Amino acid sequence: MGFFIETVFGGLMAGMLYSLIALGFVLIFKASGVFNFAQGAMVLFAALAMARLSEWAPEVLGFESKVLADLLGFGGAILVMVLVAWLVEKLVLGRLVNQEGITLLMATLGIAYFLDGFGQTVFGSDIYKIDIGLPKDPLFLFESVFEGGVLINKEDLYAAAIAAALVLLLSLFFQYTGTGRALRAVADDHQAAQSIGIPLSRIWVIVWSVAGFVALVAGIIWGSKLGVQFSLSLVALKALPVVILGGLTSVPGAIVGGLIIGVGEKVAEIYLGPLVGGGIEIWFGYVLVLFVLLVRPQGLFGEKIIDRV
Amino acid sequence: MLYRENGQFKTSYRADLQIFPILQDRVVIGLLLALAFVAVPLLADEYLLRAILIPFLILSLAALGLNVLVGYCGQISLGAGAFMAVGAYAAYNFFVRVDGMPMPLALLLGGICATLVGILFGLPSLRIKGLYLAVTTLAAQFFVDWTFLRIGWFTNHTPSGSVSVAGLSFFGLPVETPLQKYLFCLGAVCLFALMVKNLVRGHIGREWMAIRDMDVAAAVIGIRPVYAKLSAFAVSSFIIGVAGALWAFVYLGSWEPAAFNINRSFDLLFMIIIGGLGSVMGSFFGAAFIVLLPIVLDQLLPALGGMAGIAVDTATVAHVVYMIFGALIVFFLVVEPHGLARLWSIGKEKLRLWPFPH
Repeated sequence: MGFFIETVFGGLMAGMLYSLIALGFVLIFKASGVFNFAQGAMVLFAALAMARLSEWAPEVLGFESKVLADLLGFGGAILVMVLVAWLVEKLVLGRLVNQEGITLLMATLGIAYFLDGFGQTVFGSDIYKIDIGLPKDPLFLFESVFEGGVLINKEDLYAAAIAAALVLLLSLFFQYTGTGRALRAVADDHQAAQSIGIPLSRIWVIVWSVAGFVALVAGIIWGSKLGVQFSLSLVALKALPVVILGGLTSVPGAIVGGLIIGVGEKVAEIYLGPLVGGGIEIWFGYVLVLFVLLVRPQGLFGEKIIDRV
Repeated sequence: MLYRENGQFKTSYRADLQIFPILQDRVVIGLLLALAFVAVPLLADEYLLRAILIPFLILSLAALGLNVLVGYCGQISLGAGAFMAVGAYAAYNFFVRVDGMPMPLALLLGGICATLVGILFGLPSLRIKGLYLAVTTLAAQFFVDWTFLRIGWFTNHTPSGSVSVAGLSFFGLPVETPLQKYLFCLGAVCLFALMVKNLVRGHIGREWMAIRDMDVAAAVIGIRPVYAKLSAFAVSSFIIGVAGALWAFVYLGSWEPAAFNINRSFDLLFMIIIGGLGSVMGSFFGAAFIVLLPIVLDQLLPALGGMAGIAVDTATVAHVVYMIFGALIVFFLVVEPHGLARLWSIGKEKLRLWPFPH
């Protein structure tokens, strides 16, 4: 029983991290109707920028403090992501207005290739470390209830807390600020939003910046777990079923979807995996989503798709 | 002046329905075929055949198959690599496990297995649409990757699923040298291109296009979505499966599941988008572009770096290739979202008025 709970906990933590990446997808899809395949590349790019900038800053400016270096790296990475957002809007999306969904999808794939290549050319392609001082020691819970207790990584707990805080922050931002309201208006209806004077292009820059920020946070957390390297951009492929399961247009959906897939994956791997040869984590999320979609084609929380002729 | 249909009168239904109604088009196609079947074998060296023309032909075939599904029927699929893998491994199993199995038959049987898997993964398309469908087709990709990696039976229990075939022959004629392989692929590609061209201009192709343009409206005017969508999945995955088997048998010779991973699927999708959705010609343009681009960049970059006095190591070249690849894709989409095939038809329209445009 203790082991089962441990598995579920592990799944919840992993799920929280998937949700972080899924959140980036949802934000951009809501505001611009673009299914952003580059989210994974953005995670890698942001993490690379952060890791390298915080490494370079002390050398160039000549100070010792680790905290200051991290802060500078963080700030620098945010600036870089805003710049990326602005360029994407200016050079790509702004010129592809009114194109079909698949064209936009392919354009973001192009952006993903570009960012992967560009990031590794500029920042290097070794494995870099991001260490923002999350404690790594394991934690035993419920020792009085089960024999041996439940083993949890403290780092995971902090990561989950950060993710939760970010989600809370984003929902406050969406709910109570003027910009947030404008974003929701654009998400509802591009034309109506434009007709009451909301500038679409600026909104897109903001949304891509916010997605870049989310990517940065995801990159820091994943990066401090796995190291900053190319495989980081593949994590996005794990987050895709999460987005679809929750529904492309729903922020809470991204969270719930992430938790479901995180737990499902881990539990399936441990209890079902040995029966069929292991490694089923790779496709479990996708197959789960396939079956859920057969019942609810718009995902769990997505807006109902109504076809009109 | 050169390219004009003035004076070419159609006097029978047959003449009216031919694939290339304009004489000049027929001449150009005839010349192209002559070039491919006669001139290339006489002139091309082994490197050109092996490294460029054979991959180009096989990937054009796969792109053609994907174009049936995505371009003509409008069902986005990110799992094309999976169907290539199914074709390849199924053909391998037929070839190795059945004594005296002729290679062409094994390839076709591989295609048929891919068809069955394609129909299976096409079933959700009856209910799931658009981007949701695109992501669920990734299920096929990951599931198939996993199957060939983990289930030993399919790969004859070889470690890491790497298998190889040898002694290929086509009804007694050996398919061993690059030239023979080239001719074999060329024959297959011409055959399938003709088949697809005829399918898409017949009633079934019209049904696919109706479904693509708006499936509810198509259903209202009496097109059965089940039949149209599943037939598109079947035809598409058959062609992709045969292409996968060719890729494995003829081009690679020995391969492992990673040869058909998700990047292969993305590449195929790039080909049809850059070449032109819903265009047979476009599949060839796109495949040429995607096959040639990395090769050209690989050759060009170190040379350029050398000229500028910078030593470019291979890792950097790989990253820069990625970068330019991505940038060019975005550039093409921005400049011509309908692909190279559209440029081709614009060129033809212009040529029609040349040298006296309005």
